[in-house]
Amino acid sequence: MPSAILQPAIPQTVERENYLNKEYGVWSWLLTTDHKRIALLYLLSITFFFFIGGFFALLIRLELLTPAGDLVQADTYNKLFTMHGMVMVFFFLIPSIPAVLGNFLVPMMIGAKDLAFPRINLISWYLYIIGGVMMLHCMLTGGVDTGWTFYAPFATNFTNTKIVEAGLAIFVAGFSSILTGLNFVVTIHRMRAPGMTWSRLPLFIWAHYATSIIQLLGTPVIAVTIVMVAAERVLHLGIFDPKLGGDPLLFQHLFWFYSHPAVYIMILPAMGVVTEIIACFSRKRIFGYSFVAFSSIAIAVFGFLVWAHHMFVAGVSVYSALVFSFLSYAVALPSAIKVFNWTATLYKGSIHYDAPMLYAFGFLGLFTIGGLTGLFLAALGIDVHVTDTYFVVAHFHYIMVGGAVMGYLGGMHFWWPKISGRLYPEGWARLAALIVFIGFNLTFFPQFLLGYMGMPRRYYDYSHMPEFQVLNVLSTAGATVLGVGYLLPMIYFLWSMRYGKPASDNPWNAAGLEWKTASPPPTFNFDEEPVVTWEAYNYEELDAPHKEEVPVAR
Amino acid sequence: MPDSSATAVHEAHNPALLHHFAEPEQQRDAASLGMWVFLATEIMFFGGLFCAYLIYRSWYFGDFGAASKSIDATLGATNTAVLICSSLTVVLAVWAAQTARRTLLIVMLGITMLLGLTFLGIKGIEYKDKFEEHHVPGASFGFENVPIPGHPGQFANPRHAQIFFSLYFIMTGLHALHMIIGLGIFSWLLVMAWKGRFTPEWHTPVEIGGLYWHFVDIVWIYLFPLLYLIDRHP
Repeated sequence: MPSAILQPAIPQTVERENYLNKEYGVWSWLLTTDHKRIALLYLLSITFFFFIGGFFALLIRLELLTPAGDLVQADTYNKLFTMHGMVMVFFFLIPSIPAVLGNFLVPMMIGAKDLAFPRINLISWYLYIIGGVMMLHCMLTGGVDTGWTFYAPFATNFTNTKIVEAGLAIFVAGFSSILTGLNFVVTIHRMRAPGMTWSRLPLFIWAHYATSIIQLLGTPVIAVTIVMVAAERVLHLGIFDPKLGGDPLLFQHLFWFYSHPAVYIMILPAMGVVTEIIACFSRKRIFGYSFVAFSSIAIAVFGFLVWAHHMFVAGVSVYSALVFSFLSYAVALPSAIKVFNWTATLYKGSIHYDAPMLYAFGFLGLFTIGGLTGLFLAALGIDVHVTDTYFVVAHFHYIMVGGAVMGYLGGMHFWWPKISGRLYPEGWARLAALIVFIGFNLTFFPQFLLGYMGMPRRYYDYSHMPEFQVLNVLSTAGATVLGVGYLLPMIYFLWSMRYGKPASDNPWNAAGLEWKTASPPPTFNFDEEPVVTWEAYNYEELDAPHKEEVPVAR
Repeated sequence: MPDSSATAVHEAHNPALLHHFAEPEQQRDAASLGMWVFLATEIMFFGGLFCAYLIYRSWYFGDFGAASKSIDATLGATNTAVLICSSLTVVLAVWAAQTARRTLLIVMLGITMLLGLTFLGIKGIEYKDKFEEHHVPGASFGFENVPIPGHPGQFANPRHAQIFFSLYFIMTGLHALHMIIGLGIFSWLLVMAWKGRFTPEWHTPVEIGGLYWHFVDIVWIYLFPLLYLIDRHP
């Protein structure tokens, strides 16, 4: 076996006991209450769903390669984009950074031994799995064709696909999300190490705190909405049925009350990741710490006040549309504060172009494009023009894939040495970052053009407008490149677990408590309880050679 | 989620500390904050229903009044009294736990559960009445020729009344489900109290179980006027 050849790479000394080698066996994983092991359980499960969702995306792009509807039938196509959306939103994006990186890092970054409620943390993973199995069963026995938004009354009265089952799957997975948020909020409030004041928290923690608030206050609303949809569908009560006096718009209000803030559940943690990476790889204290921290909270609060911008053409009153348009613009303020502060951090920084930083750069550019096109959609006049076109599809993929997934991948690379105790191959990682960036833009930038020229979303056959084929071919080619870019990290991460060079405790010379313990960390994270006497991101002090040994006190 | 009340309590015989907390105080604070945060999510959960209720109440004002009048307000008022009394017994239970009165704790937990069961029993009678009157939404629903209060000669639209009863059953049904979960929590508390596990130093489960029970009471305090009293006049 090749491992014999690589034997010298493994340190001669006896390996330190850590969370990975402390116990072995299936039950030591399935019954673990260690937040780091639960993070890895989540990592495996969300990766599984990511590739399922990705498979649907691939089929969608293949269908759109030619104008005629020649690969799948119309009904199948409807199910493909529906299941793509449901899987990616509820089973990949929402748990992605919080449940994997957040689970792993929140206790370590604040100097705690574990989350406040380790058993509830495990329960949340099981709820996710139960929801996931239900969703898989739903898919295998026919799926849903309404779009991931399952609008009433189509979903409640007309479609004959598995709305109730998919709804229950989302309901259960939603409780998993609520419990994760609850655990984070209590942990951040009650479990901080001595000296870890609120103003010394890493901004990753602030971002997760804001995310948790949305998970806690938004998710219950979609849960009760699903209850109403299921009751309506089974019993035909009339709550959302205009024939019986109900109001379909009420469904849309309740749905978007959660589902718009849900976008911030996806993007805020990615912002937290990017903040950590940018500070580390420009070797500077983050510019405007408190502005970045409070802009996360502001996004969480404003996020709850903008939902009706999804309904401008649905028949809401002009005055309400004006107010929601204005409030949607308000979200741009905290978002821009973040982008400008990141840029100011880079300014005159000592910038290193390691793989995590490449993803962070990718995030900066793509999130900015995604955010600015969001302003197009918040403007009433333009929104009417581009509603339900590929412009919208491109916009939210720039935020969710260009933003959230880039942040997730950047974070996975940044903390992989801590998680696995191994270094990934840097050359491959930079190549993969480049491939992802090129593939992403090639996939989704043409969709902005398509949408602006009027190609509607959710069409499987555009043979009456063959002039759109060139851009669609570009997009499909980009999706293929993007797929390669996503497979690469999975391959070399797995490879590095066995063959990667052992990582030192702090391979990036980064600030932050998680780097002051072993890689991989011991089960209770720290051998001694840390006492914090320094500010977050004290890179200037870390890098000043004559001060290296002196803990910085202020 | 009944389990959130059971946080940090499994090592009951060793009330001192779970491994990841520095001191008992921190553990207690965490559990209690956890329950408060959970209750915030519950407010949002019921909030969606209240939102739906308020919209249809304002659209179908008279129909909702007529439908509301068909529910037995005496039963509702009795249930309100039952729940308020149960809140008192919960408070006394917490006090008993704080002051190491084991017998009183057991009695109070027991009375609370009896009151909870009484509530559910009365609720059952109410549901039975509605079933017999064909006020359960669905194929056999009927609400013909019911006058709108204060508008002689006008009759309630059965479809709009059906929306009222849909919300009535979903809201009171989810509330009853919370009561059942509460009874589950309290049976567990009763067993623990019987075994003498609670001390003045460690009785967090009684406290946060009590918080949950009070919350479920408070939801009822809002449901009662909205569903039973909107069109009652002396």
